[in-house]
Amino acid sequence: MIHLPSTDVVIIGGGWSGLLMAKELGAKTSLKITVLERGKPRAKNEYIEGMDELDYALRFRMMQDVAKETVTFRNTPNDKSLPVRQFGGFLPGNGVGGAGEHWNGMTPRFLPDTFEMHKATIERYGKSRLPEGSTIQDWGITYKDLEPYYLKAEQLLGVSGLAGNPMTGPRSGPFPTPPIKQTYFGQIFTDVTKEMGYHPYPVPCGNLSQTYRNPDGVIRPACQYCGYCERFGCMVGAKAQPTNTLLPVILKQKNVTITTSAQVRRILIKDNKATGVTYVSNGKEYFQPAGKVMLASWSLNNTRLLLLSKIGNVNTGRNLTHQVMGAGVTFFFDKPLNRFMGSGASNVTVSDFDGDNFDHSNLDFIRGAYISSPAYGSRPIANFGAVPSTIKSNWGGEWKKAAVELFDRTAKLGSSGEHIPYKTNFMDLDPTYTDNLGDPLLRLTLDWHDNERKIHNFISAKLEGIAKRMPIQSYVMAPPLKRYDAMTYKSTHIQGGTIMGASPENSVVNTDNQHWQVPNLYVLGASTFPQNPSGNPTLTVLAQTLRAAKALI
Amino acid sequence: MRRRHFLTLSSTGALLVYTLDGQPTVQSQPGEQKIPLKFFTEEQAHIVAAATSRIFPTDGSGPGANEAGVTLYIDRQLTGPYGRDRYRFTQLPFEQGTPTQGYQGAANPREIYRAGLKLLTGLPNLTPEEQDNRLRSIETSPFFQLLRQHTLEGMFCDPMHGGNRDLIGWQLIGFPGPYMSWTNDIEKHKGEAFRPKSQSLAQILNRKITPWEEIEP
Repeated sequence: MIHLPSTDVVIIGGGWSGLLMAKELGAKTSLKITVLERGKPRAKNEYIEGMDELDYALRFRMMQDVAKETVTFRNTPNDKSLPVRQFGGFLPGNGVGGAGEHWNGMTPRFLPDTFEMHKATIERYGKSRLPEGSTIQDWGITYKDLEPYYLKAEQLLGVSGLAGNPMTGPRSGPFPTPPIKQTYFGQIFTDVTKEMGYHPYPVPCGNLSQTYRNPDGVIRPACQYCGYCERFGCMVGAKAQPTNTLLPVILKQKNVTITTSAQVRRILIKDNKATGVTYVSNGKEYFQPAGKVMLASWSLNNTRLLLLSKIGNVNTGRNLTHQVMGAGVTFFFDKPLNRFMGSGASNVTVSDFDGDNFDHSNLDFIRGAYISSPAYGSRPIANFGAVPSTIKSNWGGEWKKAAVELFDRTAKLGSSGEHIPYKTNFMDLDPTYTDNLGDPLLRLTLDWHDNERKIHNFISAKLEGIAKRMPIQSYVMAPPLKRYDAMTYKSTHIQGGTIMGASPENSVVNTDNQHWQVPNLYVLGASTFPQNPSGNPTLTVLAQTLRAAKALI
Repeated sequence: MRRRHFLTLSSTGALLVYTLDGQPTVQSQPGEQKIPLKFFTEEQAHIVAAATSRIFPTDGSGPGANEAGVTLYIDRQLTGPYGRDRYRFTQLPFEQGTPTQGYQGAANPREIYRAGLKLLTGLPNLTPEEQDNRLRSIETSPFFQLLRQHTLEGMFCDPMHGGNRDLIGWQLIGFPGPYMSWTNDIEKHKGEAFRPKSQSLAQILNRKITPWEEIEP
């Protein structure tokens, strides 16, 4: 074990939350800060050779190396857990920038009552409406507490958006840049849903509509709508990524060091105080002593490191949630749509059936989902093959003829629903399988419950209502939601495990992201979300990190 | 040292031509050409060619797996790290899982193909209808699902991977390739086909790009 000189702050993970904390502390304090990133270094805008669907979107060339480390999964405690041998349901990032490099860039704020879901549900509908076995709890902070930091996070990224959506929370300032361009399909969806009385709005995003200079002086160009966002890095730097938004500032900060290829194995604790971390780099073991430890390694890794480090808190691993993404409909138009054009955030959304934006008094479920009309750029391997239900085979001449004709006349609506937590959905360490260093893998025990299936059915009916008014030839509905599965991609928004709360009785960190039992240990990221809102989490992760940094400065 | 195997294929008017440096070459004159195989034997390659041509046939609706070079695409994928499961978690024990836990088998893509192709012995000698029936009888197997997925990949991948030869797959469906910017077009062409010439990443960047299957981790 090589003992390194002590540092004031060690940050585990070089993604959005870790690098944002490094930048904030680096700029506003004289603390010596060390970021440990397990993956490789990345430079700004190095992605132009990565515009290849096969290697990047299908073989996950930018993601965590699953051969070395994965998670295990089972639906219920009665099932045997087995490794997720190929990633599918979610895609963990790796390397400087983490998953923030290959996201789509959507940055909605969470709905205000998300932060007080327990209180709001009881007040409006009574305690009996909390689903059986659920463990919904409030964050301990409110939308109002977070709002100034939401605005700061939007200014950091240059978020493009259109204000005035009555289905979302109040804003204390304008969007930094106007909304990005929408595709022909997005325009049709907007017209149809407006006519139905809904409120279609372009999703706010970190993919810039125009050149933008942020408060740190970082300048990024406008989105080119090339259609290579999700699972790719942005080749022009228009999509906000840690490497093009935070790294240029950090590289000028003399008090911040980023160490790559540093896989942290344990946080060491003595007398309820973190003393530093151990990590492996190129086969050598290091001890990095530190005054403060910041855990910022993405939801599942945050939880696993706390469990591996045996940092006692009975709430660690609780409230594992994902997102309810299955409700969808595929449209077949009679006209070409030129679907290869788009961006990760060319996406008009309808939030009329999200959260508690509609009355649930006479419904048998709580919460909801937003409806989306994505135009990510229809890359051919993943998108070829959709045909109407009259064609029964998915190979052969009849299928091929129809799929060729319909390839550019196909568009889909999707949805993103809230996932409430349950006692039976949780994380712990797997008793059998380990990573390449011999440390136990994280075990996920996760299944859908009736509330999710009912949200899915309700949203499916709304989607079908939209389908009936679209100028299309035919449509196919997505199947009903059954069991949670580890293969179908949902989102990388798998959350919980180190949740935030007002009391050590029911949470792992306090509202400043500080560990209840180990006060010089901080946990950053969506692992701190007590339940999973429908919204994409990155902006909230950034706002929450800015708020945590403020408490330290 | 494995004996050298070649794939000699020609089809109705369109000839499969590959050069050794990885760049697919346009060849309009029909004839016969020998393609060096890296993984398959000649017999296996002919079975793969026959099967993928039934999955994605050459017919009145346009070219298919044969013209796109799907067999060579699969040969290259199985040769590289993917074929021997370098990109899968393969720690023991392998155990039977539930459908929600995904593929839990011990066999890697190479082994799945070797075993699967044995079930299709003699396929090239059958009539198209008989071929379809043979494939229909295994269509729920992991092998067939992999073969179908690889056929789509070989049809529509960037040509650097050995499939989508001469951009035939992209031209078939009107996909232009990884152009740098659509800013001036995204809000136009409403309901009308906008079909810029298909180009590979190497053509757009004017340099050779090394595909992942040729990089040893």
